[in-house]
This record gives sequence, C-alpha cells and structure tokens, in this order.
Amino acid sequence: MIELTVNGRKHSVDVEPEMPLLWVLRDVLDVKGPKFGCGIAQCGACTVHLNGEPVRSCSVPVSAAANQKVLTIEGLAQRGQLHPVQKAWIDHEVPQCGYCQSGQIMAAVALLAKNRDPSDKDIDAAMTNICRCGTYARIRTAIHAAAKTLKSTKA
Amino acid sequence: MKTRFARKFEPARRKFLKQSVAIGGGLSVGFNFPGALAQKAGAAVEINAWVVIRPDDAIIIRYARSEMGQGSMTSAPMLVAEELECDWRRVKIEYASANASVKRKRVWGDMAAVGSRTIRNSQEYLRKAGATAREMLIAAAAQEWRVPASECSAQNSFITHGAGGRRVSFGKVADAAAKLEPPKDVKLKDPKDWKLIGKSVKRFDIPDTVMGRQRYGIDVQLPGMLYAAIAQCPVFGGKVKSMDASKVEGRRGIVKVVPLETFVAVVADNWWRAKEALRDVHIEWDVGANGNVSSASLMEFYKGGLDAQTDVATARKDGDFDQAFASAARKIEAEYYTPYLAHACLEPMGCTAIVKDGKVDVWTSTQSAEASLANAAAVAGVPLENVEVHRVQVGGGFGRRGGAQDFVRQGVAIAKAMEGTPVKMLWTREEDTQHDFYRPASLIRLKAGLDAQGSPIAWYSRVSATSIIATLPRLPLKDGVDPQAVASLNDLPHAIPNVRIEYAQRNTHVPVGFWRTVGHSQNPFVRESFMDELAGAAGKDPYEYRRALLAKSPKDLGVLEATAKAAGWGKPLPAGAFRGIAQTEAYGSYTSAVAELSVDKNGEVKIHRLVLGLDPGYVVNPDNVVAQMQGSSVFMLTAMFWGEITIKDGLVEQSNFHDYRMMRLREMPKVEVVLAPSGGFWGGVGEPGQASIAPAVCNAIFAATGKRIRSLPLKNHGLTLA
Repeated sequence: MIELTVNGRKHSVDVEPEMPLLWVLRDVLDVKGPKFGCGIAQCGACTVHLNGEPVRSCSVPVSAAANQKVLTIEGLAQRGQLHPVQKAWIDHEVPQCGYCQSGQIMAAVALLAKNRDPSDKDIDAAMTNICRCGTYARIRTAIHAAAKTLKSTKA
Repeated sequence: MKTRFARKFEPARRKFLKQSVAIGGGLSVGFNFPGALAQKAGAAVEINAWVVIRPDDAIIIRYARSEMGQGSMTSAPMLVAEELECDWRRVKIEYASANASVKRKRVWGDMAAVGSRTIRNSQEYLRKAGATAREMLIAAAAQEWRVPASECSAQNSFITHGAGGRRVSFGKVADAAAKLEPPKDVKLKDPKDWKLIGKSVKRFDIPDTVMGRQRYGIDVQLPGMLYAAIAQCPVFGGKVKSMDASKVEGRRGIVKVVPLETFVAVVADNWWRAKEALRDVHIEWDVGANGNVSSASLMEFYKGGLDAQTDVATARKDGDFDQAFASAARKIEAEYYTPYLAHACLEPMGCTAIVKDGKVDVWTSTQSAEASLANAAAVAGVPLENVEVHRVQVGGGFGRRGGAQDFVRQGVAIAKAMEGTPVKMLWTREEDTQHDFYRPASLIRLKAGLDAQGSPIAWYSRVSATSIIATLPRLPLKDGVDPQAVASLNDLPHAIPNVRIEYAQRNTHVPVGFWRTVGHSQNPFVRESFMDELAGAAGKDPYEYRRALLAKSPKDLGVLEATAKAAGWGKPLPAGAFRGIAQTEAYGSYTSAVAELSVDKNGEVKIHRLVLGLDPGYVVNPDNVVAQMQGSSVFMLTAMFWGEITIKDGLVEQSNFHDYRMMRLREMPKVEVVLAPSGGFWGGVGEPGQASIAPAVCNAIFAATGKRIRSLPLKNHGLTLA
C-alpha cells in the first residue's frame, strides 16, 4: 500500500510503485483535473504540485509521491474562493478547449508562489506547457494580472 | 441508463427542474433528455426545440453542435437570445441530445461543429427560433390581457403592454405560450437594432474549465468500467496476422486481450496496466502492399501528377492561358510544396462505450455527435434510436473528430466484445500521431505571364494531391475536382483574364482528412507567395500590386486595406525589420495578414508584429473572435515552422511532441487583430484566421533575406521561430 495526500485528503492505494502518479490520480482516485496529453513530460497537461513543486505527473512514479502532498486543480480553491490565478483566467477568458488549462494553471500558480512579480522572461521560462488552441498571449496577460492581485492582497 | 455522471448529478437534475442552478458544460452531461422537460407540468416548458423556459424565468437555450474551444456554445445561443429578447444573465445552455435528434427528425439540424459552419450555417434558423418563441410569449400575454399582440412588446425577459403598462415575465406565460401554434413567418431584426450580437460576452464553459470541473471524453467514469489500450497496424491499411498474448495472461489487472481486424486491444482494470501489457503482446502484422512507401516515393508520385497528360481535371478555365502565356512579356514559373500534418489534439482519441440489451451509450469527444451515433449504431448493429452519444467538452478537434469516427468504431467494437461492461478506450499520443487522417501533402506547379507593365495576363496552377472528399467520406468528385485541393486557387479573385486551374487527384495509402483550415491552410501560402514573386518581377510594391488586381473584389480589397493600414504598410521600419503581406477569402470570410519580422544570421526569425485582419460579415462575440485569431496564429506558426509528417517503410516516422514539435509560450509573437466586419453576409471564424499567415511571414522572410520559401516547414530551410 502506498499512502499519499491529495488535496488535503489521505489515501492508501494498492498499486505498482512504478505506476505514474497521473494514472493513480485519474483511474484510482477519480481526480480528473490533471489530463493525459503525451505520457513523456512534454506537454504538461498533467501538471500537479508535489510538495508545492510543479511536476508532470505522467512521468512521476506514484512511489515518489508516497507520504507526500499532492495538489491538483481541484484543490486550488480555498474555502470556496478561487485562487487569484483561476480568477485571472476567468477575467481574461484564457481557455479555449481548456484541456491543457489545469496544467497551465498549476504551472502558473507554482511560478507565482516563487516569484510574486514575474517578468515576461520569467513567464517564458516557467510556462513550457503546450496549448494546442494557442492561448499563450492570454496566459501571459492573466499571469501578470494574477501577480498584481497577489501583490495587492499581500500589501 | 445509470451512469456515475447521472447519479452524481441526479439531485442537481431534480433541483434543475425545480429551481435555479447553474449549468456548466460538465453538469449537463448524462441528462440531456429534451422533451422530458416539457412534459413536467409546472416545470420547465419547451417553447420550441431551442428555447426552454422555467417558471423562475431561467432561460435554457439548447446548443446542438460541439464545443471544442471555438466558443460557439456561447455565440450560437446569443443569436437565439438576441431575437428572444431575454435577459442574457439568466440564460443557461444545454446540449441537444443526439438520440433525441434521431427521434425528433433532426429538429436541431446539423449537429456537427466542422468547417467553421456553426454560426454561418445556423444563424438564420437560430434567430428565427428566438423570434418565434418571442412572438408566442407575446401572444400568450396578450391573450391573458385581452389586448392585441401588436400593442405588446418583449424586452429583457418581460412582456409589456404599451398602453396599460402591464408587465409579465416570460416564465409566467411560458406554459400558455407553449400551447400556441408557432407563427409561420417571423421578421428578424435589422442588424443595426442588435443589442447582444456584436458585444463581447463571457463564454459559458470557461469557469468549469478553470475549476477543473470540465468533463471531456477522457474523464467519463462509469460503475464497473474497464479500460482499453490499443495497438493499430503501424502501416495504414494493414491487418492483424497473428497475436500471442501469453506473456500478459494472468498479469495483475489484465481482463482480456481482444484481437480485432486492424488492431489489438488490451482490456484491464486501469488504463496504465492495459497500455503496459500491450507492449508485451506479440503481434504480427500483415502490412499489405505499402510496406515500402516513403516520403521520397510519395513525392515522386505527386511529381507525376504535375507532368501527367491524363487523369487531370480542369477546375477553372478563363480565356486561353496557353496563348496568353506564350505571348507574355515575362514568364514566371515555380513549384510549391506543403507537407502532411497531424492534428495533435491535446486530448488523444478515445471512446467510452457500453453495449447492452441492444442499446449503446457512447461518451466521446466528437465534433459530430450524429456521426458518432451513426458509427456506433453500425458497429453494434442496432437501430439509430437505440444509441445515445453523451455530450462532453472536446479537448481539441481541428477536424480530426469530425467525419472519420475511427475511434468510435473501435471503442464500440471493444465494448461489443465485452458486452454489458462499460469500456473506456484511449489512445496513446504515439497512436494519435501515427494514426491520424493527415492534412494532405500537396505539390503545386504555377506559371504566370506578365504584360509589359508587369501586370499578370495569364495564371496557371496544377495541384497534385490526395483527395479528402474521395477517400474519407468517399463521395464522388464533381468534374474530378476536390474543392479543398484547389481552394483559394480556383476562386482566385484577381483581375487576370486568362486562368487555368487543374487538379491531379493522386491518392495514396496515407489517410487524409480535414485539418483546421484544410486547403486554405496551404494554398494561400502558394498563391500569395507566388503573387509576391510576380510583384517582385514587375518591380512593384506587393501591397499596391494586389490592390490593383483586386479593384473589382471589394471584400478582398477592403480587408487588405484595413490590415495594411493597421500595420502601417509603407511606413519606415526599424533597422533590420521587414514586412510581408497576404490576403485571401476562406470559409466565407475575408482575411489578410501583415508580418513584421527580422531574421538573424542563425536563421532565427523574430516576429515583431503579426497583424491579422478579418471580415466575417458580422461579428457575434468579438472577444471570442479575437481569441480564435490569436489561436489561429499559434496553430499556423507551429505548422509552418515545424509541422511535417514523414513516411518511411509505409508508416509515420514521428510519434510524440519531441519529434512533432508544438510552439510554446516563449515563441508567441505580438498578434494584433483587426476586425473589419462589413455586414450583409455571414462568414466563418474558427478557420479563416490561419489562411493569410504563412504567406505574409514567408513574404517578409523574402524581404529580409532575399530567400524565396517554396516549401514548408521552415525548419527545413534552416529557419526557426525566435
């Protein structure tokens, strides 16, 4: 049995240790926010946080998450309040098909947790997830907007 | 049937019938049973197939086509709401059921979201549905008040009687209105009176997406569901010869290995186990006659099409090209090539199905619920009315999930082999890349003759390419011409007296299909690059050269001028920066692009600005149109810089995003969108945006480097996007 905490809830799963975290989340725990896009850590649709760090869960064995904390898009809102990144995503109408967006949002949240005021270059470096619909311009705008919100709430 | 979705949302459904509850794309899954609503007295009332009104004045507008990010799930209902005169803030959107469509004789018309058609092909009946419902609501109120309907009007979900000032909400009269005979002829608003159309409204599906609640085909979860991974014959058209699954028998979670004609499925208790086990199933393939086909042999075949005297069709013939060309002061000839491209929808192909008691339920990300339903019925061998295709958000479509429906046939075939058990079939990215219906490769020869002033008097194009129409829907070609293969050439709008456009249909074993913008994703690159070659030969400015030739094509000219103006064409540029321009019609809309870029010594192309003009006649939801244009930029820049599917030993060489490269955020240039709706017609939006980009960029690259690009992708010319 492997124990892991997902969005604040503890789970025990009886699976092979090499099973990717993504498939444990999706098929065993019914956490469907993280998406499958490539299986080789290229696209980032499966991005979740492992102890606060963004990881591509399709390429992380569940054993690496044993006794660790996993955060997915489903756990981002706190006490019914959307995360400022989610709010910015809605304000700027970022998603198109939306399939990559839970990964994009988790990557953006991780960036802003480390860097409260990212430059365009910082965003370029951190946001390597693929969006096939081409929402990149709005992702950039929304990250800057979320950074502003975070700054004003902190102040 | 009972599904986990249906069960999960059952309380919500009851609530939905009684009182207000927000409907997201995900929430509507599993309980789309129109008709049932109307039957509940005191509950929601169906005024017509598109409009359902609840006593609390919530307005439910049905949406029949698919939502894959193009935003039509919001903009199509806007058309209904505009005429209905309802309060947009109280509108909820619900998918129409494909099964109900069968039973109600296609009351919602075509349900496919393909060909940039949703708005332009449904705008009239959607607006009429809204207007008809409005008139019925007004009539019901007038009857109750015993006043002439002509003295009453509707606004913001209320009907008022002008003289008495009486006022009643839609919800209060909906029951009575539904019992009235619908008016036969309703007058639609003059566009100048539109209140909603033309205003940017928020898309309905976005909040669910952002909260991780959006449900795609891949997310369906059913009680007792099993999972399937499949391996298809790597060479298109090949078959399973033999299979040895002994290595995976008894392995943890493996339920069954199912050999079917062209693929093998492993069914397991989760998808990862199925996929892993598949690698240990030894499959021998009968690859058929195409095991030696390569990109080089395909190119030879297409070249043959350019030179052939037979098996060539004439798509357009104005005047006498040969004679005019022979007499031309200057002759220009060139060959252009565009490659096969994969769709690479980020959600891989998949299908969940249960076949039980002569009925089939399907959950799949589809652009055409009707095509999914028909294919499921055919494979299961049941009547159409015994199939439901449950509606979900589509994780990217781009034409891949329209007509082909190969994934639905596979999913239902597996479910049939596991009768009574729901099975979720999902492809790997590798299967997705290697078993697509590719944008056809196309080889085009062009010739033009200029008069002494440099003006073209003769234009010839011959396209050698596989026909989508003849090989995918397998429809006969009218006069031997596939309209997609010759798109934007056979309708060349320029004032050129002698034109001949030919099509050499050259079909191969590589499956082809509709890839976003289809023929307009490749031929405008050819036409508008060659047009620049002519302008160059004539020593004229490429913008002025086009203007002169489009003097009698006002819509083409209009968007060209609007775009050039916004881009500051002719104005001085920073050192090292150059411009390129292009223009074409596509999907009933008129497009133009100006690229401003510089190219460094390492071949890095830095796009400083990409100005995109669009005249779609009318703009329904402007911010969404801008989003489509931004997205089109990424789609086309990805294709033109890196996109290329190559064939070796009969199969596709690329397999995943490491070798079929997608553009990333850091490469996104500044895109400026010029919306120039001129009114009087309805053009498409999802696809036209791409059409003018490649030639504008390549013409700018020529201006910067003197190098004329005649084949894509640009990586093969040592160029990359900075």
